[in-house]
Amino acid sequence: MFWQQLINGIALGSTYALIALGYTMVYGIIQLINFAHGEIYMVGAFAALVFVMIFKMNIFLAMVLAMAVCLLMGVVIEFIAYRPLRRSSRLSALISAIGVSTFLSTLVLLIFGADAKGFPDHVFPVVQIHIGSAEISSLQLLIIGISALLMLSLEFIVHHTKIGKAMRATSQDYTTAALMGVNVNLVISFTFALGSALAAAGGVLVGIYFNAVSFNMGLMAGLKAFAAAVLGGIGSIPGAMLGGVLLGVVEVLGVAAGYSSYRDAIAFAILVGVLMFKPTGLLGQKIQKKV
Amino acid sequence: MLTVEHLTVNYGAIRALNGISLDVREGEIVALIGSNGAGKTTTLNAISGVLPIAAGTIRFMERDITNLPPHQITASGIVHVPEGRRVFPRMTVMENLEMGAYTCKDKEAIRKGFKEVFQWFPRLEERKRQLAATLSGGEQQMLAMGRALMARPKLMLMDEPSMGLAPMLVDEIFKIIRAINAAGTTILLVEQNAHLALSIAHRAFVLETGEMVLSGPAAELANNPEVRKAYLGE
Ligand SMILES: Nc1ncnc2c1ncn2[C@@H]1O[C@H](COP(=O)(O)OP(=O)(O)O)[C@@H](O)[C@H]1O
Ligand SMILES: [Mg+2]
Repeated sequence: MFWQQLINGIALGSTYALIALGYTMVYGIIQLINFAHGEIYMVGAFAALVFVMIFKMNIFLAMVLAMAVCLLMGVVIEFIAYRPLRRSSRLSALISAIGVSTFLSTLVLLIFGADAKGFPDHVFPVVQIHIGSAEISSLQLLIIGISALLMLSLEFIVHHTKIGKAMRATSQDYTTAALMGVNVNLVISFTFALGSALAAAGGVLVGIYFNAVSFNMGLMAGLKAFAAAVLGGIGSIPGAMLGGVLLGVVEVLGVAAGYSSYRDAIAFAILVGVLMFKPTGLLGQKIQKKV
Repeated sequence: MLTVEHLTVNYGAIRALNGISLDVREGEIVALIGSNGAGKTTTLNAISGVLPIAAGTIRFMERDITNLPPHQITASGIVHVPEGRRVFPRMTVMENLEMGAYTCKDKEAIRKGFKEVFQWFPRLEERKRQLAATLSGGEQQMLAMGRALMARPKLMLMDEPSMGLAPMLVDEIFKIIRAINAAGTTILLVEQNAHLALSIAHRAFVLETGEMVLSGPAAELANNPEVRKAYLGE
């Protein structure tokens, strides 16, 4: 029973982690909570749905294309909604983010309607695999596998490529990174691109997992992933991964223990607890005041 | 090599620099001295492009660089060693140095850069896998200078390299600054420690609350009664 719930929790938590990474990377660089991030995840799920249903694509190709769509969308959103406000107060950027979020969910509502949509059943063959007393479905394996692959790729980019090093430098000291010759605007675009592509993958995986894609799915998932990012330490990439998986596991165990009506409250209880007792989260750095 | 004319910089409603001019010729060490809050850091930040300029022009190697973004100014050959060192704390010494070479595409040149930096600062080689945050103040200053040298700058802007260092370390750092200059890098040096700055500079400028009040050969300024009284503690 416990092992079964643990597997379920890790699968769910991996998707939270994929979304949480976008919050944490953007925050790490420009100290902005991108409240439109949940909607990017939602658009990712819809994009894949369109590719599968209308263009009859294979789910993997649909996922890659959905990631590409959201990657572009993330870059464009940053360019028109946040960049002009870079030197304004944080509140202005936050309000702009809420505006983008409302715009995207309303747009999708107008196009696709309010009912939840589902992927066709055959989109990914579901078989149960037994390990001891627990079982893991091929779908859960897919979610955990793809999430792990994407997160490993992200780690590689951040630590071993030039642009990844520039990202880390910019998040540690924005001005000095510019003095080293880093084009910080390019780094910011790149960060939005990466975060949005990961969120899109999360949206597609969740869409298949629960067989439901709806215009308002980004709201709760976004808030939970934000809680996961804070739990892991906002700004920390390994923190977002850990926070996401941990939150998924705690949520599933909580539901299994009979608190299913508190399912969504668990994330927020954790958020409030972390902010009260350890605002830097599990793996976060001390918040440095930047000049 | 560098010509700054009538530079004005504001922080909101506060005017930090009021139409100052200065110039640096190839091969020189030029000192910019002045008391705390005079506008020295502001001057360097305006030259390297991290602060918006209200009025005036900055020319470098016959080229107008006023209002260029910082990464383009760096690419043009000006590298800034900022006040307080500002090493990347959660990157290793090696990674910090790699960041210094960010604009450099030639792998061979980068390898040569590492070799040279480790010759200037053998201590950095011993600590190359350590996170920069774990270095002492003096080592961080060496890292900040080494990182700047990795870009093979034509002009190095240095902001208070002596700040917070023990006297022995300060002597060591200044010896190296002189040697770096002798090896062909032009230097614009900002210092509160005027005595030290004037001892290694060819020429100097004196800044007082956003106005340039004096300039001339360093030896001359060191003998100027006003300078001696205000900045050399006599
Ligand atoms: N970010 C800032 N915002 C507002 N005023 C500033 C800022 N930075 C510096 N100043 C003011 O500008 C003046 C010059 O500062 P600065 O260039 O740092 O002097 P220095 O480097 O010579 O000590 C000072 O009066 C300082 O208070
Ligand atoms: Mg200063």
